[in-house]
Amino acid sequence: MKIPLIYNARSVLQRPLSTAFTALGIALVVAVFIGMLALGNGLRAALARTGSDGNVLVLRRGADSELASGIARDAVSILSASPHVAIGPDGRPLVSPEVYVLVPLPRPGDSSAVANVVARGISDQAWNVRANVQVVAGERPRSGRSEVCVGQKLIGRFDHLGIGETLRFAGRDWTVVCHFSAGGSAFESEIWGENEQFMPVFRGEVFQSVTFRLRDAAAFDEAKRTLEGDQRLTVDAHRESTFYADQVGILGIMLKVLAFGITSIMAVGAIFGAVNTMYAAVSSRTPEIAVLLTLGFHPRSVLASFLVESALIAAVGGVVGALLALPINGIVTSTTNWSSFSEIAFSFRVTPGLLVSGIVFAIVMGVLGGFFPARRAAKLPVVQALRA
Amino acid sequence: MALVEIRDVHKVFQRDTERIEVFTGLTLDVSEGSFTALMGPSGSGKSTLLNLLAGLDRPTSGSVRVAGSEVSAMTAAQLAPWRARHVGFVFQSFNLLPVLTAFQNVELPLLLTGLSKREREERVRIALGVVGLDDRMRHYPRQLSGGQEQRVAIARAIVGDPTLVLLDEPTGQLDAKSSREVLALLARLNSEFKKTIMIVTHDPHAAEQATTVLHLEKGTLIEREAVAR
Amino acid sequence: MKYLPLVLANLGRHKIRTILTIASVTLALFLFASLRTVVTTLHTNAQFGSARRLVTLNATGLVFPLPMAYANKIRALPGVESVSWANWFGGRYGDSKQFFAQFAVDAESYLAMYPEITMPEDQKQAFLHERSAAIIGRRLVDRYGWKVGQDVTLQGTIFPGDWTFTIRGVYTPTAPAIGDDALIFHHEYFDERLGHAGIAGWFIVQINDPGAAAAIAKVIDDQFRNSSAATKTGTEQAFQAGFATMLGNVSLLMGTIGTAVVFAILLVTANAMMMSARERTGEVAVMKTIGFSDRVLFGLVISEAGVIAGAGALLGLGAAKAFYRAINFNGFGFLPGFNITTGTLVMGGGIALLLMLASGLVPAARAARLPIVQALRRVE
Repeated sequence: MKIPLIYNARSVLQRPLSTAFTALGIALVVAVFIGMLALGNGLRAALARTGSDGNVLVLRRGADSELASGIARDAVSILSASPHVAIGPDGRPLVSPEVYVLVPLPRPGDSSAVANVVARGISDQAWNVRANVQVVAGERPRSGRSEVCVGQKLIGRFDHLGIGETLRFAGRDWTVVCHFSAGGSAFESEIWGENEQFMPVFRGEVFQSVTFRLRDAAAFDEAKRTLEGDQRLTVDAHRESTFYADQVGILGIMLKVLAFGITSIMAVGAIFGAVNTMYAAVSSRTPEIAVLLTLGFHPRSVLASFLVESALIAAVGGVVGALLALPINGIVTSTTNWSSFSEIAFSFRVTPGLLVSGIVFAIVMGVLGGFFPARRAAKLPVVQALRA
Repeated sequence: MALVEIRDVHKVFQRDTERIEVFTGLTLDVSEGSFTALMGPSGSGKSTLLNLLAGLDRPTSGSVRVAGSEVSAMTAAQLAPWRARHVGFVFQSFNLLPVLTAFQNVELPLLLTGLSKREREERVRIALGVVGLDDRMRHYPRQLSGGQEQRVAIARAIVGDPTLVLLDEPTGQLDAKSSREVLALLARLNSEFKKTIMIVTHDPHAAEQATTVLHLEKGTLIEREAVAR
Repeated sequence: MKYLPLVLANLGRHKIRTILTIASVTLALFLFASLRTVVTTLHTNAQFGSARRLVTLNATGLVFPLPMAYANKIRALPGVESVSWANWFGGRYGDSKQFFAQFAVDAESYLAMYPEITMPEDQKQAFLHERSAAIIGRRLVDRYGWKVGQDVTLQGTIFPGDWTFTIRGVYTPTAPAIGDDALIFHHEYFDERLGHAGIAGWFIVQINDPGAAAAIAKVIDDQFRNSSAATKTGTEQAFQAGFATMLGNVSLLMGTIGTAVVFAILLVTANAMMMSARERTGEVAVMKTIGFSDRVLFGLVISEAGVIAGAGALLGLGAAKAFYRAINFNGFGFLPGFNITTGTLVMGGGIALLLMLASGLVPAARAARLPIVQALRRVE
């Protein structure tokens, strides 16, 4: 025989303040949980969306980041001629040899603080090689000019990035001619210019990386073997998507540790709160429980009833917590990608999955917290209870 | 001047739409050193009268003077220390704090005074001695019988040497033997220690111990017996 | 205090509840101390920097090298006491995922300029006299079990190939911002391997007069403004402070979480106090009858909350201080010198105080407003 839920609902409403406090405590834990995971999600998403499965990123052998790499012109020619490279609609290989450097840009309002922003010297093929990149304002930089295109996540975070404005770095003035989007990826935190323009200014005669589209997206392993085995080259070939996703590296680990560490501790505290609340509920309702047991309700039903009550209060808390966390979705923040030492801007990413996890987490806390008190209720020695 | 002077007291309770008049012009004196039993059917206002004397409740109109002070005119803030000094109250259900020992329960009222620890201890011992429970000082209420609990409550009521000892149905939940013990104790407190006692009761045996018996019916004093001792 | 036995007795009424509540406060304050210390550590490290050391970088960006020839020119400038240089190596050890810094430095001048890097004199001399030698921070000894005299091989990433060094010394930094997990080797060795390219990563310039820092920095930058590699010179502290911002808006993040934590714990504690009080309405009525004033009753409630908050604070803050010291925590290398400051402890105490007052409020107010007669009737 199941104890009707209305009993729980009414009992809960008898102690509105106490119930509200318990639910709110759980709500805060859930909000922090969702918030922190959204932070990590955002960072990971930005990096994961950065590369494509169908593209290959070639770096000098042993280099673990584009920054550390150097590829000479002749190596670029050899790579471009590889049969693994896809040919674009215009008949040219979809290859982009790129210059990769970090330029210090002063943060607005605090000229002593600088951020190291990625400046990527691309070939015009880059726009084709990377399918998710699009110009959202202005026109692409023209060849031979000191023109740059700015990733949209940089807009507003640094000065002089408007279309038509002049940005100064590496001792030269550059005109901002467009803004681009790149599917929310790390590229959106970069400044793109022509590789031939960047090279003399920065690095002499070498490129840092070569990115190309695979002719056969399924043939990555073969392409990797061929290129790395080629005696004329000393390179490592990486799947573009994997390479960038891996860059999350230590920061990703740290965020995860932080998220789980903090929320576990908070959760234990919230569970203790739930335990207290439920123990008090049981002891104040002892006579009622005794009556229920006398009427013939099975102790298991009493146990279930209290567990459900605890879970419901927690679920409400979970929903409130999810609502509290929701507004942070989309807020842009930045940190340093320690693999490339560059500034990366990304948005908090609250997914429906995350919200659901939060609510489930809340219910788990409620069930854990309600277990022992519910057990006590079920095991109530009826005679004593009635006398109380 | 009598210890307690009640003059033309009216007390009206408003419960929802019902208007209950408990007292309509009660006038009464209680002399010092008396042992008064207040008797009457339920609803006659016995407990209410006790509450008025202790300042736990206020008359709708009229005056209640205890030991020269107009109780009905005091504020809650004034009443607390006044009660601490002048009133010892014993309830039907013993109202000992279950987390404290008998000793600590009796000590409670003394915490409100400026007495030192040693002075407090001495008085508690005396009080418990008077009620015959000095061998049970370290026991918790759950380790005492009903009668013993009530005697501890009485000890707590007298430990501060109050002007008035008020008891509301003290033997209501006790068996016959314990009731007799408690009543004998009260008689002794009155005759030997000269305590002014007022007891609300149904128990006819209590009436036997009292020097004055007041019968209340529907808020009016209908009989006053002075029992010769 | 004479009321203490009463307060403690009331807390002992439901031992489990009291313990759980204290445990919650403990956890919350442990978290609070941890979060705040992240912020204080970053802040402290951002302040590091000798007033007499300047750092000269390539103006184009810190990843670009400077010609070593600049050293002599800088040294000749008035106000400059000595010049040293260093280069970031960025190698990997085996397939260890754990990152640690490696620098090639002009050993003699660098060590002279950084008295914060201390080690036994014999080790120092051994290092200075051997070109392929290296010194390592204490933490690397614990992490990899390296010993003095051992050979260690790193894989270069920026500078490819296998690089082997012989460990000749273990240093201990006296300033936490200088990590205790770096490997330092000779710039000469570095140069040799690179075919005497004559490049340096950055220069460290020691000056006589800290007050002249800005002026000398300008002179240095003016000197090279029109050269192949223009420079940007600033105080070491400015350089360090710049790094501090790289992690992101950490203080906002920690502050937000910290606030949520404190708030949550307030709710838990207040709730426990309220429940406790609700069960005792009869007793409160009796106490009021005996003559306990509202003020005294309020004090008793607050004291109960105080014992819980105080015990939780002592345990939580104490545990935090001991724990991080015991595991020698340095936040994966990002938080060297992680130490819970007195300021944080005081703040924790303040939170406990706030907890005490806030959680006692509702039950105390209820007790004050309690209609004695009705409450007694309910009991009887």
